[in-house]
Amino acid sequence: MRFIEEYRDAEAAQRFAEAIRKIVTREWTIMEVCGGQTHAIMKFGIDELLPPQVTLLHGPGCPVCVTPVELIDKAVELALRPEVIFCSFGDMLRVPGTRGDLLSAKAAGGDVRIVYSPMDALQLAIKNPDRQVVFFAVGFETTAPANAMAVYQAKRQGITNFSVLVSHVLVPPALEAILNSPRNRVQGFLAAGHVCTVMGYTEYEPIAQKYRVPIVVTGFEPLDILQGVYMCVKQLEEGRAEVENQYARSVRREGNRPAQELIREVFEVVPRKWRGIGEIPQSGLGLREPYWQFDAERRFPLRTGSVEEASECISGLILQGVKKPYECPAFGTRCTPEHPLGATMVSSEGACAAYFKYRREATPRAG
Amino acid sequence: MCLAIPGQILSIEGDDPLTRTGKVSFGGIVKEVNLAYVPEAKVGDYVIVHVGFAISVVDEQEAQQVFEYLRQMDELGELQEQPA
Ligand code: SF4
Repeated sequence: MRFIEEYRDAEAAQRFAEAIRKIVTREWTIMEVCGGQTHAIMKFGIDELLPPQVTLLHGPGCPVCVTPVELIDKAVELALRPEVIFCSFGDMLRVPGTRGDLLSAKAAGGDVRIVYSPMDALQLAIKNPDRQVVFFAVGFETTAPANAMAVYQAKRQGITNFSVLVSHVLVPPALEAILNSPRNRVQGFLAAGHVCTVMGYTEYEPIAQKYRVPIVVTGFEPLDILQGVYMCVKQLEEGRAEVENQYARSVRREGNRPAQELIREVFEVVPRKWRGIGEIPQSGLGLREPYWQFDAERRFPLRTGSVEEASECISGLILQGVKKPYECPAFGTRCTPEHPLGATMVSSEGACAAYFKYRREATPRAG
Repeated sequence: MCLAIPGQILSIEGDDPLTRTGKVSFGGIVKEVNLAYVPEAKVGDYVIVHVGFAISVVDEQEAQQVFEYLRQMDELGELQEQPA
């Protein structure tokens, strides 16, 4: 497919790897923010192409992984209500809560449906006026324009049996939380290309300056990621800390204005809890007051309060780049994609699942 | 989750900018895509699509940038490898 295949050229990938080897003089630790990039790195073996001085850490950019347990519990509770049709993206179904996951709610008789787009959930509400349709609105900035549109259209069309369970998170506050941690090892970031397609990258400029970290907005294909690493290493070697845009075929500095306008119309910035990390101030989106009627947490009386997370899982440390999946004692034994203990094993973009799928046999590289 | 893939717009329907949709081909698989966020998009353009919404129009010139960068690096690399 055009704009995909050409960025997977193995020979060009080798040339980028060669170029990185040529410029690197010391050890550098770079974090790719987005789970989609983590998945591609493992799938195409990009980490193995890199010289040993360059370590890639896997960041918190998997919305499935960072959705807090209590929201999963709320989703399960909603899905079990007889009047509710609970709609979700497919990858949320097997995320474990404290009382099972959405798939077990479905097995127990809950009407749980996988949708491709939030607009499909809205259509279901229109077709089923006697039922309550709830959509699990998870995601980063990439998904916010779609979710905002579904809510906006519901209001515009006066649809009263549609609501959303919101778990929206924002990338820049998470980067700052990582950089502020005393355990931080990250020296440069590959920022998430699709998040920046929507939001642009002006928000990252003060972060690059304040923390003296290079941030390269990067795409998702192997050549994108390799070029992103090259640009990041080059900045590190030259002592620069700037925001650069590798993914200019999709990302403009100011982002997508119409999308940002609708996000601002429907959502406001709120504090959010991240699974495994904890609450980060100003790190999420919640519905604005004129749209509260579409908030599932306000519409339905929910019992679920805040809950403790299982202690064995170290996914919080993995999401912050402090540990690698194979450093978890449960990895591949008590915790597998069939029986996940934590969300980073559930989602195909979670670091644990990516390592399990592509690197189970491989021994960790020294250094 | 933030997976978004490029596809080519085959046709566009609707006048309301907020509900404008298009048929978009992803290597032959055609899907209906909401075009509200890419008011500038025309038939024939490639758009990056995420959960049923186009979030950008692919800039065909910028798309060559990776290969251009590689070519320039190669030139630089050759210079570096020449004996001093
Ligand atoms: S392997 Fe399983 S238990 Fe260990 S950190 Fe990953 S998700 Fe958690």
